[in-house]
Amino acid sequence: MKVLVAVKRVVDYNVKVRAKADGSDVDLNNVKMAINPFCEIAVEEAVRLKEAGTATEVIAVSVGDKACQEQIRTALALGADRGIQVETDGAVEPLVVAKLLKGVVEKEQPQLVILGKQSIDGDNNQTGQMLGALAGMPQGTFASEVVIDGDTVNVTREVDGGLQTVALKLPAIVTTDLRLNEPRYASLPNIMKAKKKPLDVFTPADLGVEVTTHLTQVSVEPPAERQAGIKVEDVDQLLDKLKNEAKVI
Amino acid sequence: MSTLVIAEHDNATLKGATLNAVTAAQALGADIDILVAGAGCDAAAQAAAAVAGVNKVLVADNAPYEHQLAENVSLLIAEVGAGYDYIVAAATANAKNTMPRVAALLDVAQISEITSVESPDTFKRPIYAGNVIATVKSTDAKKVITVRGTAFDAAAAEGGSASIEAVDSAHDAGISSFVGEEVAVSDRPELTAASVVISGGRGMQNGENFKLLEGIADKLNAAIGASRAAVDAGFVPNDMQVGQTGKIVAPDLYIAVGISGAIQHLAGMKDSKVIVAINKDEDAPIFQVSDYGLVADLFDALPEFESKL
Repeated sequence: MKVLVAVKRVVDYNVKVRAKADGSDVDLNNVKMAINPFCEIAVEEAVRLKEAGTATEVIAVSVGDKACQEQIRTALALGADRGIQVETDGAVEPLVVAKLLKGVVEKEQPQLVILGKQSIDGDNNQTGQMLGALAGMPQGTFASEVVIDGDTVNVTREVDGGLQTVALKLPAIVTTDLRLNEPRYASLPNIMKAKKKPLDVFTPADLGVEVTTHLTQVSVEPPAERQAGIKVEDVDQLLDKLKNEAKVI
Repeated sequence: MSTLVIAEHDNATLKGATLNAVTAAQALGADIDILVAGAGCDAAAQAAAAVAGVNKVLVADNAPYEHQLAENVSLLIAEVGAGYDYIVAAATANAKNTMPRVAALLDVAQISEITSVESPDTFKRPIYAGNVIATVKSTDAKKVITVRGTAFDAAAAEGGSASIEAVDSAHDAGISSFVGEEVAVSDRPELTAASVVISGGRGMQNGENFKLLEGIADKLNAAIGASRAAVDAGFVPNDMQVGQTGKIVAPDLYIAVGISGAIQHLAGMKDSKVIVAINKDEDAPIFQVSDYGLVADLFDALPEFESKL
């Protein structure tokens, strides 16, 4: 079984991103970039399927400019077999990413596509579901457990009230939630080996996709600042403030 | 101009999140219809018809929609939604699952988790864990939107008298099926609807210690939440997680206990009206957003707080 994993290059999760003073965009100068944490979980899941003998090949794909090859190499160091970059001028919208991934799915015919549930930059939570609709594939989003059973995959999902399990006919889409697994660290020998693994580059035109724009960012601004309040001395003072000043209890 | 609001419900009851979505829909300025897709969902449809400001309730009562499987429901919404300018839903786990499929079927963008309507085509939404608020303009003729519930007041659940119309359309994609669910049963209010939330973090040390929060939660009729650190450490289940990738809450009172205040956690609670932080580290970032900070060992402070409430 072939598994396709999508990875995205994003600002490292430790970075506190700010809006530029003129409000034109976020300030990403000299900011540390990394693989999106949910995508890392997706790679780990795919590699575990290979180690368990369920998957035969793991392909890591990313959409973006040349810099995203760094994240593809990270996925290869974690255990993916080969990489695909779909070259675009910087970021494109989730709908376009989904169309490009559909093009890759048609080329590679994977039985399972694993993606992160959302990227921590745009916080959109869309791409996996959109790919599912475009490719006519079922989806197990926000997955905390993935079990392959013949031509079916059972996915346990994190939902509002608890957990839900669905059975999906392969080929299927899985998007990862936090508790699916704990990703490994890449070892130095594997990082060296990853540099030699194959990495193909396609353009949107190669995949028959037109890059369109549906949303334009008008401006960005910092959120309303919350002022730090006071420190109370003890529990009595805290209760007094909550009762008599804030009037919330 | 017309707007289709997708109801969040469990067939028997209409969920409160739907009311926040209706308020967001009102800000769009178009006539509002509600779609209730489910099986045996007549009670939910009746409740939707009573919501103030709603024109018409469309009910698709069919077996393939019973468990809100995205593969089936998205086909229905795309079909029914074809006649509307806006398709709007509260950003619940169900809508997050289904609505992007709807958008892709209609070949339009989804505008996720809007927090305000600036004009009929321009919206604000948080990005980067809420560290930045983006204003975005949609150029699609039809707009698929999810709404952050905490940013919009609930519409009145009573006072409306919408007509109810059946939609006779049973889409079964035949590629997915419901196996089962484990839903936490609790007498406490839902996290996203509670007026008081008390959350524990890594400082709680283990799941057993969350009992210290329960007594206080009982007295305040509060929901209990947790930081990602507490979930990752296995103290409590993920559906209790408050934060960027968990639940977004904005209660009247939020009590953060043993939570340092990582930006990912703040993203989920900083719009709360009053924030209390209890932490023994006086330099913890949570104190920068709290109205009342108590530097104390939570194992001393919590029992005292509970006994004096």
